[in-house]
Amino acid sequence: MTQGQLEIQAIAVVTAVACSLVGTFLVLRRQSLLSDAIGHSVLVGIAVAFLVTGTTTSPLLLIGAALTGVVTVALVQLVTSTRLVREDAAIGLVFPALFSIGVIIVSRYADGVHLDTDAVLLGELAFAPFDRLEAWGWDFGPASLLLMGAVLVVDAIVVAVLWKELKLSTFDPALALALGFTPVVLDYVLMSLVSVTAVGAFNAVGSILVVALMIAPPAAAYLLTDGLGRLVVFAGAIAAGSALGGYWLAVALDASIAGCIAACCGIAFGLAWLLAPGRGLVAAIRRRARQRLEFAQTMLAIHLANHEGLPEAAVENRVGHLGEHLRWDSDFAGRVVRGAERRGLVVSSADVLSLTDLGRTVAQEAVTR
Amino acid sequence: MTLATFLVDDYTLRTVALGAVALGFVSGALGTFAVLRRQALLGDAISHAALPGVVFAYVLLGTKGSLALMVGAAVAGFLGTLLVSAIVRSTRVKEDAALGLVLSVFFGIGLVLLTWVQRRPDASQAGLDRFLFGQAATVLREDVVTIAVVGAVALVVVALAWKHLKVLSFDPEFGASLGLRMRATEILLTSLLVVAIVIGLQMVGAVLMSAMIVAPAAAARQWTNRLGAMTIAAAGLGAAAGVTGAVASSQVERLPTGPAIVLVATFLVVVSFLLAPRGLVVRAMRARRARSRLGTHVVLADLAALERAHGGPGRAHPAATVGLLEETDATAALVALERDGLVARDLEGNWALTDRGRVEARRR
Repeated sequence: MTQGQLEIQAIAVVTAVACSLVGTFLVLRRQSLLSDAIGHSVLVGIAVAFLVTGTTTSPLLLIGAALTGVVTVALVQLVTSTRLVREDAAIGLVFPALFSIGVIIVSRYADGVHLDTDAVLLGELAFAPFDRLEAWGWDFGPASLLLMGAVLVVDAIVVAVLWKELKLSTFDPALALALGFTPVVLDYVLMSLVSVTAVGAFNAVGSILVVALMIAPPAAAYLLTDGLGRLVVFAGAIAAGSALGGYWLAVALDASIAGCIAACCGIAFGLAWLLAPGRGLVAAIRRRARQRLEFAQTMLAIHLANHEGLPEAAVENRVGHLGEHLRWDSDFAGRVVRGAERRGLVVSSADVLSLTDLGRTVAQEAVTR
Repeated sequence: MTLATFLVDDYTLRTVALGAVALGFVSGALGTFAVLRRQALLGDAISHAALPGVVFAYVLLGTKGSLALMVGAAVAGFLGTLLVSAIVRSTRVKEDAALGLVLSVFFGIGLVLLTWVQRRPDASQAGLDRFLFGQAATVLREDVVTIAVVGAVALVVVALAWKHLKVLSFDPEFGASLGLRMRATEILLTSLLVVAIVIGLQMVGAVLMSAMIVAPAAAARQWTNRLGAMTIAAAGLGAAAGVTGAVASSQVERLPTGPAIVLVATFLVVVSFLLAPRGLVVRAMRARRARSRLGTHVVLADLAALERAHGGPGRAHPAATVGLLEETDATAALVALERDGLVARDLEGNWALTDRGRVEARRR
């Protein structure tokens, strides 16, 4: 592995973890789509800051973009608060308008400069190592890595300091308000973090990947675990894994790194959706199958109890007769009988079934309950 | 030169403007249902999710014909919406996260496919990425015909399924209890929305297409409470935004068409928010009137109380005394009451209830 490859992976992992950390709160607060809105509208901030400074490298660009993120959220809340449209429509109105302004500024005043909309939306991680921070004759490493490292540290510190407040206002905003916390202030703190993270991240990886990294890993973690602390850790791990997997997928396919990381985030969510213990699709199917079998065993016990001790029992309580009476095919009937025998509900001798004491109790309980 | 001669003379502009009108009309009409059903951002998800379908259709069919790419986009967009509803139904992930997830992951996959295709030796794939940002200038007459025909079919379906769509938008449970097939109607509506978005992708691009769904409908909503009127108004506003944006971008140098259309649509929304019957200006005026009415009531009651406490009927008090009771300047309210003949000013400028005012104060 070359140094460039290592650096790209380091940038990807740091970015992924930072995004998933703030994204966890967005997902829990049902504000996921603000990441999409912020990711697009920051273009305006960058464009305006470019107009003011005339360069594409000034830190003012980042500050401008981060401010735009906060402005976006404030505008969405302003439009929502008029109660003329609902929040979803407010988001759908605000960010395309800001994005349009950004596109127009870029195409009118920044034509020919490396500040095109593609770079903002799609990002290009492969070039990130070439943009290095060098000072006093020292090479401090890729600028994006340092930037995202700083963003991650800030995110982590703010989240750690405000952990209790964020937790409360996320899960019970009404109680938080009643206890004297100010959810509005916390909201803006969180949105500032989201903006700064989105801006830092899309500088390296593009705004669509920012959305993927902010939403998919926390959503996958949400299927795997409970508890805010574990959620944050799981989301970070999934994000880092997707970043590394995406990088190598991109190398293998010779395709966009950002796109491959987004795809890996999707795969991670898909796996969690299928395989999550207890909540996944596979677990649900198995649970349903088990319940079906258990229900059938109870039915069998009731059937046997009904005919027990009566003259027709010898006919009715044969394994072969079940298909006729309970409409089970012979394969399913066989599985039910074997399962019932294992549970000690019935015993069979020469194809005739009879209830055990336990089976009689189960039938009795099922009928009287 | 007038606008009409512009549109007749300039071939490119005419093509783009016609396309924009058709697109604005269809997306405005269908956006009505999306906004009413709180699915404004479904459009955003569909338009991003369409990207892999576009590239896939190109790879499979080897053509850049707009109909083929539209079909690919529609299939991917529709799959995206199915996935969103499957995630919401079968997990505890909420709709916002499901939308964002599908949007970004599909877009990422599309990006992978796109970059993979772009690195193939032949250069025939150039121009596929106009589906990302939209390039109205590259729209051909055939594209406009496609947009118009597909859009017209979608609108005819809306008209045929009108009753079902109406019930679905306002009270799906009621519809289901009537025996209307709400789930099927929902799928139909989503498919129509997909169609409206897909025909707009190459004009305005994935990012801005969601605004074409939301903005005309949000503006139209302010002017009417009736579904039919709202649908027609949204279609009209969408078409107006389309043609205005297209013309503006042809007249102003380096003003891209998609953003121009979106900004016009946003402007229409702002105007509607402010000036419509339920808008902010009317609301503010009504609030002010209500406040001043309340003020006169209070002042009338204050004068009656002062009169009872100090000197009986006919006793006049300075405006400042009344103002002291309410901690505001009462003069405006007193003048308003004087106009109604409920209070009168004596020679020293002090205020007293008239006989009618006394009756009125008791009645209130």
